[in-house]
Amino acid sequence: MCKKINSKEELLNLYNNVKDILEFRKVESESTEKYHISVCGGTGCSSSNSLEILEKLKYWAKECGVENKVEISITGCFGFCERGPIVKIFPDHTFYTKVKPEDAERIIKEHILNHKVIEDLIYKKENGETTAKQDNINFYKKQHRIALRNCGLIDPEVIVETIAAKGYQALAKCLYEMTPEQIIQEVMDSGLRGRGGAGFPTGQKWKFARASVSEKKYIICNADEGDPGAFMDRSILEGDPHSVLEAMAIAGYAIGANEGEIYIRAEYPLAVHRLQIAIQQATELGLLGDHILGTDFSFNINIKYGAGAFVCGEETALIHSIEGCRGEPTIKPPFPAVKGLFEKPTNVNNVETWANIPVIILDGGKKFAEIGTEKSKGTKVFALAGKINNVGLVEVPMGTTLREIIYDIGGGIKNGKKFKAVQTGGPSGGCLTEKDLDTPIDYDNLVAKGSMMGSGGMIVLDEDDCMVNIAKFYLEFTVEESCGKCTPCRIGNKRMLEILNKITDGRGTKEDLDKLNELAHFIKDCSLCALGQSAPNPVLSTMAGFYDEYLAHVEEKRCPAGSCKNLLNYKIIIPNCLGCGMCARNCPVDAIHKTDKFGKNPRLNAYQIDPAKCIKCGTCMSKCPAKPKAIER
Amino acid sequence: MKTNKEMFDELDEFIDSLNCNPSELIAILHRAQSIFGYLPFSLQAHIANKLKISPAKVYGVVSFYSFFTMVPKGKNVINVCLGTACFVRGSDKILEKLEELLHIKNGETTPDGKFTLTSLRCVGACGLAPVMQINGKTYGNLTVDDVEGILAKY
Amino acid sequence: MLVNIKINNKCYTEDSALTILQVARKHGIHIPTLCYMFHEETNLEHKPASCRVCIVEVKGRRNLVPACATNIVEGMEVLTNTYKVVEARKSVVELLLSNHPNDCLQCSKNGRCELQKLAAELGIRKIRYDGVLSQKNVHEEKYFVVKNPSKCVLCGRCVAVCDKVQGINAISQSLRGFKTKISEPFKCISCGQCIQVCPTAALTQSKSIDEVEKALSDPNKFVVVNTAPATRVALGDEFNFPAGSDVTKKMVQSFRELGFDKVLDTNFGADLTIMEETHEFLERLKSKENLPLITSCCPGWIKYIEQFHPELLNLPSTSKSPHEMFGAICKSYYAEKIGIDPKKIYVVSLMPCLAKKREASREELQNDGLQNIDAVLTVKEYAEMLKMHGINLATLEESDFDSLLGESSGAADIFANTGGVIEAVARTATKWLTGKVEDVNFEAVRGLSGVREATVKIGDNQIRLCVASGIKNASIIMDKIKKGEAHYDAIEIMACPGGCVNGGGQPIRSDMAQIDVIKARQQGIYNIDKNKEKRVSCDNEEIQKLYNEYLGNPGSEKAHYLLHTHFKDCSKD
Repeated sequence: MCKKINSKEELLNLYNNVKDILEFRKVESESTEKYHISVCGGTGCSSSNSLEILEKLKYWAKECGVENKVEISITGCFGFCERGPIVKIFPDHTFYTKVKPEDAERIIKEHILNHKVIEDLIYKKENGETTAKQDNINFYKKQHRIALRNCGLIDPEVIVETIAAKGYQALAKCLYEMTPEQIIQEVMDSGLRGRGGAGFPTGQKWKFARASVSEKKYIICNADEGDPGAFMDRSILEGDPHSVLEAMAIAGYAIGANEGEIYIRAEYPLAVHRLQIAIQQATELGLLGDHILGTDFSFNINIKYGAGAFVCGEETALIHSIEGCRGEPTIKPPFPAVKGLFEKPTNVNNVETWANIPVIILDGGKKFAEIGTEKSKGTKVFALAGKINNVGLVEVPMGTTLREIIYDIGGGIKNGKKFKAVQTGGPSGGCLTEKDLDTPIDYDNLVAKGSMMGSGGMIVLDEDDCMVNIAKFYLEFTVEESCGKCTPCRIGNKRMLEILNKITDGRGTKEDLDKLNELAHFIKDCSLCALGQSAPNPVLSTMAGFYDEYLAHVEEKRCPAGSCKNLLNYKIIIPNCLGCGMCARNCPVDAIHKTDKFGKNPRLNAYQIDPAKCIKCGTCMSKCPAKPKAIER
Repeated sequence: MKTNKEMFDELDEFIDSLNCNPSELIAILHRAQSIFGYLPFSLQAHIANKLKISPAKVYGVVSFYSFFTMVPKGKNVINVCLGTACFVRGSDKILEKLEELLHIKNGETTPDGKFTLTSLRCVGACGLAPVMQINGKTYGNLTVDDVEGILAKY
Repeated sequence: MLVNIKINNKCYTEDSALTILQVARKHGIHIPTLCYMFHEETNLEHKPASCRVCIVEVKGRRNLVPACATNIVEGMEVLTNTYKVVEARKSVVELLLSNHPNDCLQCSKNGRCELQKLAAELGIRKIRYDGVLSQKNVHEEKYFVVKNPSKCVLCGRCVAVCDKVQGINAISQSLRGFKTKISEPFKCISCGQCIQVCPTAALTQSKSIDEVEKALSDPNKFVVVNTAPATRVALGDEFNFPAGSDVTKKMVQSFRELGFDKVLDTNFGADLTIMEETHEFLERLKSKENLPLITSCCPGWIKYIEQFHPELLNLPSTSKSPHEMFGAICKSYYAEKIGIDPKKIYVVSLMPCLAKKREASREELQNDGLQNIDAVLTVKEYAEMLKMHGINLATLEESDFDSLLGESSGAADIFANTGGVIEAVARTATKWLTGKVEDVNFEAVRGLSGVREATVKIGDNQIRLCVASGIKNASIIMDKIKKGEAHYDAIEIMACPGGCVNGGGQPIRSDMAQIDVIKARQQGIYNIDKNKEKRVSCDNEEIQKLYNEYLGNPGSEKAHYLLHTHFKDCSKD
């Protein structure tokens, strides 16, 4: 395809030759001469058959004889997973949502052949207004895409498209124009902080690793994204794998390492596949491997698989896992920068952090630092999910408020329900409430509010969500994922979970709440690793924000959100009962029977529920046609 | 269908290609599981022997990671996503329904070997929540009522 | 590099290579520990920082830090006993107790359990947290090691000793989270070192007290005991004697008190082993075959070579170990001498060792249909038995071994120490080759380091010797042999670091460091040897009589029948 690139000039020449590919996609026009169709190949969309759409589009393009007029390719995640599968048409930037394979024919025949927008496939706002262009959709308006810059733009399986997007130019700049110290300074100037959780300054980390003297050093990309409900790293790897490879090579040059490892979850087959292709293509072009771009610098990257252990996101555990051991964390110091993989100095950064690096190098750290808040620079990608209209990946400048994310970008709460809380930081984070909606989001503000940035999961909760149950969900996760090494995490979290179970079962006491609080603080103070130390956060933050709800569970044995089954008590309010029997007919356990009383309808007997038989499934309540409902809990 | 010997040869070739390096244990276990379907003790001992490490160490690693299984899986593997996005949209109810229909608990295999029911944390298809996968095929926007119909296809 | 730190507001200047715990201990500041272990004899510092008992406050640090694994740095201010620290430690112990069966009174570690001691020390009067036990409260016995997983605190000491000291790695942590437990053993050699380091009753030894008591109360049984060399300097530990005290004569009396019919000495068997083994060695030297000869009296080591290096099974001496030889002679020659039906003789061995129990059950260690040894008691176990009977060793009068199979040379005593067997061989070999032994003290092979090499002159021969203790060291030497890099004529291997004085069945003293205990016991043994009238095995008159009257010469057919054994390839086990 292409021959080895041996210098910075050769890379620039290639760029100049191919940059039009993307110019065509970037500049919006109503030209109908030529088309490009991008089909989202992210995990969300491919789960809903987007690859079949791709095939069908190709088929119909051929069938209609336009295969020379239209290029069709897959691309990385557009982020708007709620409306997937997404198909975007260039150069007019028409954005089709919820496309089905059978729509392929229409797209070719109506849009490509007749230049007509297909109205029923374009985005429809909640208020019924429609818009055909991506840029006009609120979901995208407030976003600022740096880490996701190429996702949804390029075909991740074709390296030329990456080159057209200025890929590897930052690496060339580093190798030909910058000293390692200058690179590290640039990263320090950018103010970039680790996007994986705790937010440690990336430049500092590199500096420490560079300062360690050793013949062998390692670069690691942490792609063990285990936070349930977060998928930003996967989307970057699927949509723009080269940005991560390039950044790792840059760091390798800066700290003096010539080997990199990408530690990735085995549950991410598509990301692994794209990484393998990317590594192979980059190596063929001389952008990885020996004598990169004709210089003396060599850098090789291997892919290492996780095997289902959340704790391996912790860097020391991750290192042990790469070494072929149980993923148990060890105490820091010594930090990996001093003693890491195979006891050698090692620098670990997460995927999103890496994806920012080429931009920082090309545009300068200072420019990057213009975005964001005083202590948190740049942008952050969030995986917005839960009870929200626009589920998806969003990248916003640090300092954006929750309100902007949830209401402007996310389109508000699903089904018109009431906002209750938003959980950030996954099992290590906490819940933010109504009063925090206008807090600018950055590392420090989130910690001050009892949560944390984490990797960027953002789960929106509504009035139907019981906060005790949510805390229990996360704690269940931590208990399952605890490595079991240290006492506080191994036994302490289990005991907390047992107390929470007691509470949601209706056996809790006020004293249990005190115990819970005590244990939570102890575990935070005394656990060995960050997973253990942050495990009580979901409990502590829900107790801080929703203590009333906890109290209702233990004192009144009542779940205000109506979600804790064992605290529910379904009852038929006879005066409201129509006697229609819908409830009885739908009851799965035959727990509802006629009484000799009458409710609203004087001719039909009202019903009642046998509490001994009731399994509290709630079917009766949802089926009851009476207004107001004749069933309460 | 490969013979036992062919499967062992394939594994040994892979281990040799990694120079019998014990730090490649996890990659080797992945490969072994993909060849044999599961990792019984005898297979772990074989790998330990090849790598010149203790079977105890191999077992310690196998039992640590949830991806590895020491019992054969059923013909159809059902994975219910219990990631947060799916959980708040009711995937726990989907799991309960599956348990009820298949008469097994999460993590178990039906006596006829037809289904294995497992859960995982986030397949990354949060836009389709709640989701489950059967043999890698994703079913999204599930309701409890959909489950029976989907199972009937297998 | 020296740094200045403060602990509890007092200033100290110490090396930055030290941890907070090391500095505190050096200055007598008490910080409790549980998972931490300093195995000084092999210089292994086990500090997983996992139990969190040793947590302390460090000014400026958000969390409490483990003293065992935190190095000191300039300006560090440590507080070891604030309210916060003590409360946190209590929580740690309460959590451990919440996952521990509450049966201290029936527990075999009652009174010697480190967890129990910690709970007492921290004044724990109630356990605030309750919940399910992560493991079942059951006793599972395998290879004479008894495991109760519910009592395990996951300190990982057993795993560390098995892996880093013994190099066997028979066990490892398995599963994860609350379910984490120590795995089943693979290729365990029953050395018992894991039991020795277990802080609770999660790992204990299997016991034979009941069988022995039953034999003692059976009028048709003639119960004979033989006591291993290393037992006489260790039994006193259980009765407040200073470490390394020679309690041989009181020990002999204690058996009489319990009603043993005869109290005899494994040392006799040791001298006999030297006769056969030295003969074998000189034969191999002459023929230059099957060299180097490796000693075979350590059953842990034999199980190891059978399981891990079956291709080298031509090297160990075929001579049975001392107590097995003792048993064989006891049920043949001795039975004849005292006129008792060998079937009635019940031979008990008092051993410093757990692996001896497994050895005694080996089917090839029998003659004429009778197992050579009927029961093995470890020193720990025997002390328990004495206490049960209200016998206090300290107040007993002294008594000598019974005659026939009671006499021994100093060469037999030193079997207890690493290097002792090879030194005993050297003494007899010298005597046989030159007619006399100018200096019986072969100092070059003595010591405590894991591997020692020496060349000694025996007659006209320069004999190249190697001594190793601890299986990890043994494995290094086996690998060298396989590569052709080991140039020795004879090798002595003992499975336990320091030899039988540090055996897996020996008492553990809580009042001093194990390394000092080992040194004291070693010294005690050398003192016994020094004070013996006879120092060379072949000078033992009872031994001479045995050969004259019964066996003929060393290596004779009869000697082979009774005193030699064979080994088998167990690599597939």
